[in-house]
Amino acid sequence: MTDRTDLQYTEEHEWVKVDGETVTIGITDYAAEKLGDVVYVDLPAAGTAITSGTVVGEIESTKSVGELFAPVDGEVVESNQAVVDSPELVNSDPFGEGWLLKVTAASLPKLLSHDEYRALTGE
Amino acid sequence: MTDATGTTDPGTATERRSPLDEVHRAAGASFTDFAGWQMPVRYSSDLAEHRAVREHAGLFDLSHMGEILVVGPEASDALDYALAGKLSAIAEGQAKYSLLLARDGGVVDDLVVYRTGEDRYMVVANASNREVVAEELRNRTSPFDCEVFDESDDVALIALQGPDALEVLQQTEGFGVQGPGNDDEDFDAALEGLKYYRALAAEFDGEPVLVARTGYTGEDGFELYLSPDRAARLWEALRETGGPRVVPCGLASRDTLRLEAGMPLYGHELSRDILPVQAGLGRVVALSKEGDFVGRAAIEQGPADGAPVLVGLTAEGRRAPRAGYEVYDGDGDDARRVGEITSGALSPTLGHPVAMAFVAPDAAEPGSQLFVDVRGTRIAASVTPLPFYKRGA
Repeated sequence: MTDRTDLQYTEEHEWVKVDGETVTIGITDYAAEKLGDVVYVDLPAAGTAITSGTVVGEIESTKSVGELFAPVDGEVVESNQAVVDSPELVNSDPFGEGWLLKVTAASLPKLLSHDEYRALTGE
Repeated sequence: MTDATGTTDPGTATERRSPLDEVHRAAGASFTDFAGWQMPVRYSSDLAEHRAVREHAGLFDLSHMGEILVVGPEASDALDYALAGKLSAIAEGQAKYSLLLARDGGVVDDLVVYRTGEDRYMVVANASNREVVAEELRNRTSPFDCEVFDESDDVALIALQGPDALEVLQQTEGFGVQGPGNDDEDFDAALEGLKYYRALAAEFDGEPVLVARTGYTGEDGFELYLSPDRAARLWEALRETGGPRVVPCGLASRDTLRLEAGMPLYGHELSRDILPVQAGLGRVVALSKEGDFVGRAAIEQGPADGAPVLVGLTAEGRRAPRAGYEVYDGDGDDARRVGEITSGALSPTLGHPVAMAFVAPDAAEPGSQLFVDVRGTRIAASVTPLPFYKRGA
């Protein structure tokens, strides 16, 4: 179980976990619940360069489409094939098996702390 | 309290709440704004709720819908003039899907009309159109000997839909057919014999409830109209009786269910800008009925040449066309734009995307290969006859 207080967050409802130069990215339980049942996930392939603030993927539910914004500048080292095959993982375990991307990032922009993110979502 | 005088205007309130609001909150529902109402969009999972209706039964709160009574010796003549269908032809206890047309033939709302007595009808309107339907009915029926009462605030509506709906309703205690000497067995037998688009005047907990075999899911099921102060009790009774067979369902699953069943949703497939025939509803307009009705001249003239028509589309993969996406006849730069998606989703039952779209008549042939622009990517989609899903016999 991931300790959510150790994660950093974006205003677009992504979470970011920093482990040396590798950054793991997912969407929060708040975002997953707002979307509803996720039925399709489109992620960039390994090797893709991503730029902070740009749309790099899509998370689609029965009702709506959510865009995945890159929270950092970097290069994708792995996208979660398990989530592409079983999009429901985003709902059932958004902070665990439902992770989306692993990225190498040289530096991190300023992100939200757990408390700041909670304040944003009013939870 | 009715607002037959037109003095109240609840439609302007922004956050109307269902009589079942507390029940939904206790059940952990997520809410959405729907025509000014805070209604459950889902309780846990849209897909689980959708599947429950296809496999067992789902329970929907539809108390936001409008119920407008038309009562009086000339009620049937009045409705024959006001609406597209021949309502004088339906028998007491029968229901009919109908349309309220504008003079130019456009669709103001789609309705289910129940004949609840010799001189008595209940018109069920979409929540977003309740005021305009009540207003139009008052205006159109004013030359006739009848009265219009908007009873929407005094009527709750609960739908029980799915293959287990009949059994659950029969097993639920507290029901009886209306009138003296009724008992539970009479009710069970009457339910069993109740045909599709028929309604039964019954009692629940000693209070009147109209039990209609109607719905918007493509499954067998019932819609139960009753007093708001009995709604929570009925909801809980159905849940207790049904146990795991009865799943509370939000508006998200209602939308995917009706889409699979090829049923139009006002504001998506129906609007003032289209004639019924464009949406495949030509048969709902009773051109054979005697006398004039609102919209008749425009309907007889028909739509302009080349006016778009509603089609079903199916695609492969998992990316669904959504309302507003453009439809083309090819995937190259020289492709012609032939129409626009009105509703679409990844079909939970079928496992592939389904959508409805208005397209040019020459692109509407079943089997035609079209392309939908899904956020910059052209996705192949085939024109498919509606409905996408039909329940097994």
